[in-house]
Amino acid sequence: MNQETFYLLAERLFEGLQGAETLFCGLGWESSDFVRLNHNRIRQAGAVRSAALGLDLIDGARQAQASCDLCGDLDEDLARARHLLGRLRERLAQVPPDPYLNFSTTATHSERWVAEDLPDARAVVAEVTAAAAGLDLVGIWASGEIREGLASSIGHRHWYGGRSFNLDWSCYLETDKAVKAGYSGLTWEPAVLAAKLAEQRRGLEVMARPARVIEPGRYRAYLAPAAVAELMNMLAWGGFDLKSHRTRQTPLLKLIRGERAFDPRVSIHEEQDRGLTPGFTGEGFITPDRVTLIAAGRVADCLVDARDAKEFGEPVNAAGGSPGSLGLDAGELAAAQVAARLDTGLWIGNLWYCNWSDPNDCRVTGMTRFGTWWVEHGEIVAQVKVMRFDDSLYHLLGDRLEGLTCERELLMDPGTYEGRSTESALLPGVLVSGIELAL
Amino acid sequence: MDLLEQTAARFAALAPACDYWTLRLVEEASEHLEVRQGVVEPSALGESLGAMITVVAGAGVGYGATSDLSAAGLRAAAQAALGWAAAHAQCGLFDGALYPRSDLRAQYRCAVAEPWDSLGLADKLALLQDANAALEIDERIVDWSAWLAWRRVRQLLVTSDGGRVEQVWEFVSPGLAAVANSGSQTQHRHGGGADWPAQGGLERIAAVGLLAEAPRVAAEAIALLTVPECPRDTRDLILTPSQMVLQIHESIGHPLELDRILGDERNYAGTSFVTSAMFGTYRYGSELLNVTFDPGVPGELVSAAADDEGTATSREYLIRNGVLERPLGGRLSQLRSGLPGTANARACAWDRPPIDRMANLNLEPGEGSLDDLIARVERGVLMDTNRSWSIDDSRNKFQFGCEWGRLIEDGTLKGLVRNPGYRGISAEFWRSLDGVGGADTREVRGVQNCGKGEPNQAVYVGHATPPGLFRAVDVFGGGE
Repeated sequence: MNQETFYLLAERLFEGLQGAETLFCGLGWESSDFVRLNHNRIRQAGAVRSAALGLDLIDGARQAQASCDLCGDLDEDLARARHLLGRLRERLAQVPPDPYLNFSTTATHSERWVAEDLPDARAVVAEVTAAAAGLDLVGIWASGEIREGLASSIGHRHWYGGRSFNLDWSCYLETDKAVKAGYSGLTWEPAVLAAKLAEQRRGLEVMARPARVIEPGRYRAYLAPAAVAELMNMLAWGGFDLKSHRTRQTPLLKLIRGERAFDPRVSIHEEQDRGLTPGFTGEGFITPDRVTLIAAGRVADCLVDARDAKEFGEPVNAAGGSPGSLGLDAGELAAAQVAARLDTGLWIGNLWYCNWSDPNDCRVTGMTRFGTWWVEHGEIVAQVKVMRFDDSLYHLLGDRLEGLTCERELLMDPGTYEGRSTESALLPGVLVSGIELAL
Repeated sequence: MDLLEQTAARFAALAPACDYWTLRLVEEASEHLEVRQGVVEPSALGESLGAMITVVAGAGVGYGATSDLSAAGLRAAAQAALGWAAAHAQCGLFDGALYPRSDLRAQYRCAVAEPWDSLGLADKLALLQDANAALEIDERIVDWSAWLAWRRVRQLLVTSDGGRVEQVWEFVSPGLAAVANSGSQTQHRHGGGADWPAQGGLERIAAVGLLAEAPRVAAEAIALLTVPECPRDTRDLILTPSQMVLQIHESIGHPLELDRILGDERNYAGTSFVTSAMFGTYRYGSELLNVTFDPGVPGELVSAAADDEGTATSREYLIRNGVLERPLGGRLSQLRSGLPGTANARACAWDRPPIDRMANLNLEPGEGSLDDLIARVERGVLMDTNRSWSIDDSRNKFQFGCEWGRLIEDGTLKGLVRNPGYRGISAEFWRSLDGVGGADTREVRGVQNCGKGEPNQAVYVGHATPPGLFRAVDVFGGGE
């Protein structure tokens, strides 16, 4: 479904509104190829074409919401949507006024198109398997087009479209010895893939050395940007949304209360100006380019969606409570100096399966995974068997933080639970004087 | 003829020339109602309808999924599937001809005593208002919610070999959440069905005590604010069924998934410490450990007649008297590995292909009551209701946290402790199993958020289990 057809569908629905009804229509459309790879061969390959319509019918202070899949035929889609609208209309008569109903009453407009010429997925997959010859490569190629739209009977018209690819993979030496990589973007460049595979081949050479088994305890460590991303994902889980703060459920409660602090070098932002995500909310609000969430180690602004804005009397600045374009400010540690500064300790390439160990103390547990190395006197000497950490972010981003790299890495989320994610994070690596390994 | 039947007939008339095809049509309807702090949240209705087409052509297999069920839409999806089958034929991990063929004709319809529509919206909201109000017992309760969700899934699988499997599942999922705070200490407590999902209709509301549970849930959240932290120690551990569900799920279910053992999931969900050579001989746990794949338990989340490849389901022992017997793997994985398996190739929706999932994975009962288990503990902790889960990519080193803990001393339940957690290694933990409650203590539960697969899929998984007693486990509490 293209922009014109979606707006036409919405306008036909608006023609049937009754009395003072207001209707917001949202579109989620995707045409993607997904190719699973295992042992550098195709495990499962296919294509998905989906389209879903969201409806929010408002009458006075009442609202009710619905969604349905669209088939692409205007008449049939109109019939489905009108049927749902009828059900919503009946529902409005039975629900009480909603004190937190909040939508934009100004007819805003926007268009964002993020795309270059995508390569043919079959050709690229053949190219990947050829370039990775001899490697035990496992992962997924995902590519295609995503479209999101919003139209309201007030006059809102917003459109976001993007064509992109995301190759997320790892190369195994044996059992759990592996190095991970990702390559995503808008324009496919074989040289980039070749460079990443070459780097993985070098990593696998180190993997071939006997693994170092270390005991639980506290170790100096460097967390590469992909590992930092896992910690940021934990903070994004209740750390930044206004409702979690106001209902005292946030893992940053002690930060809010002034009982703990992050290092002053820690500043975190929602960076919508990166331009990779839709810049509008489902209620028609335009999201700001930038929201500072942590400023110099202290709580700054929260992410405020439309409903929370009404409940707590704050302006809307987000479509939801979790960042879609998180950025952690860079520091002054040159990537080339990281190993020397670490001297002896852990180089943690990836963390995995993090969860709150004790949210009251911002304590997180999780696993090392993929390329985690033992470094001695600034030289990588061996892979480290997977270890569990259990530590507070008040330490890792606070009193044990030694430095943040001046280079940052843009990590595109390969997630596909609710369709292909448009989220990203721009992160430096983090050097800490100690991380607690528990098992 | 209804819409699914019409679509199946339409596709059969235009199906591409190939060696084998399947068409899986999925029609879903859902509704979510919630009251938070006395305010009715926007109600949400959901409808979904789409098709997954799988084709086998020569040595290749591919899929195409679409929400466009017109002849043109189905034809386009089939062509996309054929295109990927051609790619698979050139560079496939296995010969596409291995793809399991099905001529199964079967039906499944879950039992619903009280249909969702037998209670009007106003009555449902009134019930939720009452349950929500019953949570607000003290000013230390800083957030409180009651919800009621409904989901109905109708799936029709047809194949070019004459297979036809129609299945209907229905779920009513109530729940309560109370959040208590004092100073910099916040505690959550859930109940009223929040972690007790099952198939069925509105009868689930009374079964899980949506209204009756509310005062207890709120009182327990408040109580947790002022009690000591769970001690850091090595102690015996009793897990109630609500936490046993998670323990079974993470440290038995996932490691036994055959696609992990085959390496498919190594880049995302992970691999397994279990290898093909272990089946038949490996001691996974103590003699008390008996684990079944059981698609026939009434009301359990994934009770079904067949999986999404069209393989008829049957009850199988995975672990018997502590010894590993068979993995969780659908027919395709069985053929790829040469191992036996189970009918558990499942997809989360019409737009995702089937992969090996747990379906219903149950711990068979032992003997005695929960009190009998407690009586056998000299120094231990009882833990209830999962709140945190983390395990390594081989499914070995785990750490889990619970909402509720009680000390056990000299065979008696003692004081409440907060932030209880424990950690261990799967390969060792189940060998410390020293007690399993009897049939009367077994609860039919499950989880509704099991994530796995590339592209990602989240599915329901059933777990029926009694409480379990484990010896000498590392336990701990909160704090930095």
